[in-house]
Amino acid sequence: MSEVRLQIDGKDVVTREGATILEAARSAGIFIPTLCHHEKLEPYGGCRICIVEVELRGATTLVVSCVHPVEDDLVVRTRSERVDRIRKTLLELMLAHAPDSPPLQELAVEYGADKDRFEKEASFCIHCGLCVRYCAEVVKKNAVGFVERGTRKEIAFIPEIAARECPTCKECLPLCPTSYLQAAFVLTEAFAFRSVSSEAAPEE
Amino acid sequence: MARLSSPEELEKFRQEAISMRDPARLCVSVCAGSGCVATGAGEVIAALGAELRKQGLEGEVDLKRTGCHGFCEKGPIVVIAPEEICYLEVTPEDIPEIVSATLKEGRVVERLLYVDPSTGERVTREADIPFYKHQERLVFGANRTIAPESIEDYLAIAGYQALAKALFEMTPEQVIAEVKEAHLRGRGGGGFPAGVKWEVAREAPGEPKYVVVNCDEGDPGAYMDRSLMEGNPYRVLEGLMIGAYAIGAHEGYIYIRQEYPLAVENLCGAMKRAEEHGLLGKNVLGSGFDFHVKLHRGAGAFVCGEETALLMSLEGKAGEPRARPPYPAVRGLWAKPTCINNVETWANVPLIINQGARAFTSIGTEGSKGTKIFSLVGKINNTGLVEIPMGMTLRDIIYKIGGGIPGGKKFKALQTGGPSGGCIPEELLDLEVGFDELTQAGSMMGSGGMIVMDEDTCMVDVARYFIHFLTDESCGKCLPCREGLRQMHKILSNITEGRGKESDIELLEELSETAAEASLCALGKTAPNPFRSTLRYFKGEYEAHIKEKRCPALYCKELISYYIDPEKCQACGRCLRECPAEAIDGGKKMIHIVDQEKCTKCGSCLEVCPPRFSAVRKISGEPVPPPIPEDQRAIVRKSKKQ
Amino acid sequence: MDNARIDRIIESHGGEASSLIQVLLEIQGENRWLPREALKRVSDRLQVPLSRIQHIATFYKTFSLSPRGRHEVHICMGTACHVRGATRVLDAVQDLIGIGPGDTDLNLRFSLDTVNCLGCCALGPVMKVNGKTHGKLSPAEAVEVLKSYE
Repeated sequence: MSEVRLQIDGKDVVTREGATILEAARSAGIFIPTLCHHEKLEPYGGCRICIVEVELRGATTLVVSCVHPVEDDLVVRTRSERVDRIRKTLLELMLAHAPDSPPLQELAVEYGADKDRFEKEASFCIHCGLCVRYCAEVVKKNAVGFVERGTRKEIAFIPEIAARECPTCKECLPLCPTSYLQAAFVLTEAFAFRSVSSEAAPEE
Repeated sequence: MARLSSPEELEKFRQEAISMRDPARLCVSVCAGSGCVATGAGEVIAALGAELRKQGLEGEVDLKRTGCHGFCEKGPIVVIAPEEICYLEVTPEDIPEIVSATLKEGRVVERLLYVDPSTGERVTREADIPFYKHQERLVFGANRTIAPESIEDYLAIAGYQALAKALFEMTPEQVIAEVKEAHLRGRGGGGFPAGVKWEVAREAPGEPKYVVVNCDEGDPGAYMDRSLMEGNPYRVLEGLMIGAYAIGAHEGYIYIRQEYPLAVENLCGAMKRAEEHGLLGKNVLGSGFDFHVKLHRGAGAFVCGEETALLMSLEGKAGEPRARPPYPAVRGLWAKPTCINNVETWANVPLIINQGARAFTSIGTEGSKGTKIFSLVGKINNTGLVEIPMGMTLRDIIYKIGGGIPGGKKFKALQTGGPSGGCIPEELLDLEVGFDELTQAGSMMGSGGMIVMDEDTCMVDVARYFIHFLTDESCGKCLPCREGLRQMHKILSNITEGRGKESDIELLEELSETAAEASLCALGKTAPNPFRSTLRYFKGEYEAHIKEKRCPALYCKELISYYIDPEKCQACGRCLRECPAEAIDGGKKMIHIVDQEKCTKCGSCLEVCPPRFSAVRKISGEPVPPPIPEDQRAIVRKSKKQ
Repeated sequence: MDNARIDRIIESHGGEASSLIQVLLEIQGENRWLPREALKRVSDRLQVPLSRIQHIATFYKTFSLSPRGRHEVHICMGTACHVRGATRVLDAVQDLIGIGPGDTDLNLRFSLDTVNCLGCCALGPVMKVNGKTHGKLSPAEAVEVLKSYE
């Protein structure tokens, strides 16, 4: 596999072909904030907080570093006025869901995000998908999944599987950047586990 | 039917098909596209069949059920060959007269002809109707001569000639070169050069390769792909196979909306017949080229029109887009090189191969060649599908073909490009239609929806409507689209409901930037367009809503009131009876009054108030006059006064 | 819907996991909704996790996870219908049958849904009831049409 040479924040970086910009940056010790990224999981590109500015053959564009592959001669800037402004808005959109989340608060300080910019939303979930993907890709139990789409999208435990697998696993719980997963699990446990453990019980 | 196993056999079969047709024979074609079926084409066809039997013409006259002719406003449409007499808005009750007068005696039934509203003249032939006269129907025109269940009909108009030419006279590289030279750009929205995409897919490492037809036409107000697929599925299949041959693919998928049952049915039939005739499947026309195609019905998600989401769906997953690059032409279905084009793009391919790139590029503008099919809908006299040469002005499309705005209303904007397109104002109507021209105007070509809006349309509400649509259709995977649109919709709703703040515009602009720059796929990246283009051209309407709490178009429910003018009310009682909220107070010879507290603003009173009185009107941005005092409510008839 | 019927549908698609959406479409088409037991059967037979099936069954608009009413009402909210007053038609219909889009009333008389475009733009505003198209409707006319369905 051949090598790719690029520049990140003024530093020359050599990495393998097929790597993402985020991987190249991390290998060179350059920090890019992430929320939906996890080393054991396939790149997802959901939260978009790792957006960076890239310049190639004179054209400047914004790309999301966790999914964008490296190229020779790419010039990457991990901070810029535009990048910071977009990260700030993204954080404010997430803070409308989870104003008390420690990782979000930390980033909010860095980017000057106002947690009260938007009206608060009912659900704490920021849809990073770490729980769903970890359960599917690493634990391979598929006990938690997504339902619906768009603004109605949520995570939901599958009671039939969760009742069997989750009590001895719970590896996903610490991954959640907000407290939503914990809450969803407790609710599923309280309402749905019993009905699926006895076959005779009707649905719901 | 034996499979055709050489180009010579194809030609022989074609000649037989042509020779069996007598050009002088009477043939009644009924448009059976979904639009006409909805207005009763099925009943018309049934009545025709029965009447032909009754009047003893069975076997003498051919009866053909064709695809969409395009003039949906006037459906059901009946065209009688060889003279091409065109009858519009035909009902089963008209059939006995059509059969006895036209088919038996050769007389034209005048009352069913098109009447030119400007001259009052009747037009007999379909092609002479102004709606058709100004079009250039290179791709769509064949619809009216083909019965979708007849492969012979397609062969009779040079069908599969391009496929035979590609397979036997051209190398795959030559086919790609021709399509590149024709500068065929994707008709589904992106406008990416099809030839370049094919070349990338051909050169990309990995086997097998795939070709895909995108018929997930989800843009509200656009139905040209459906009509092509319903009316002329062979042509789409032929184009697809030429592409497959060029790229080196032997498997194809057709992704088609579940909401288009007739297109699914006609396509399935066409696939079966093509296979029976050796025009699909193993060893096509004896060339050694194998090609198999599978149909995949979409289950209802607008985002699946986006190519990576479509691929996810083909793989049996939720339609959430994935990051590009890698592009599908390099890494697509099952991670193999995959070339996806939309229905109309594929349907253009046989034309290019038959007539050559030069003929194709002789039509159009600098950057956009050939023709484009648009669905011209909304506040327009002649709703329908129109195919025009690139470069025609928007004004000509709206006025020459579309016949202008109904009801003497004033034109306000033309919305093009689907939900993520933009609104073009009156002052830009001389714009020539083309991919780059529309993008520069802040809109886009998209798949070809053209929605005409008149003075009664509120542009802030239009922005709210499209953002709502996209909020509903966002897949929800990435944050700037899902959450950004959620907030944009809330803010726009506030504005249309009279709760707008002056800082809202700036906030909307910031959310627009975030969605446009940071979204994962084209849906999110283009989602702010409806807001941005309406702000660019209709800023005054935003300001009126925010600062004066006034809707200039008198559309936004929360900002308007219905009021009965006491000077004009004649106490006819129509509104009193129709009001579903019992919000109107009145009686015999008593001026009616709207109780503003009870009124739900459904507009029924305005609708039923006889035009000769025109007593009901809408008020916005100013207080409703106080109700007229009880002792002045009695109506003294003017006639008595005189 | 019994398992034998579900199995036959799955077999007609070669039992491939990639045919999941096509299989669900056929079950929805025949049964008019997707019972959880059917989803479990499909999950077992196609070896697709139930979590993914649940996502798909809620992601795509055609699928319903609860029983549908006797009469399916679809109101077109496409752009052409919108500028011709579809919102007012929808308001009137909601007032009459007392449910919002996506819902079924408790007596299982009506299921109401909005659709993005039926492609009958010349007829807007359009409402489809049990597959039959009613075009150029005023709010009052839409209400009259629905009153005839028991």
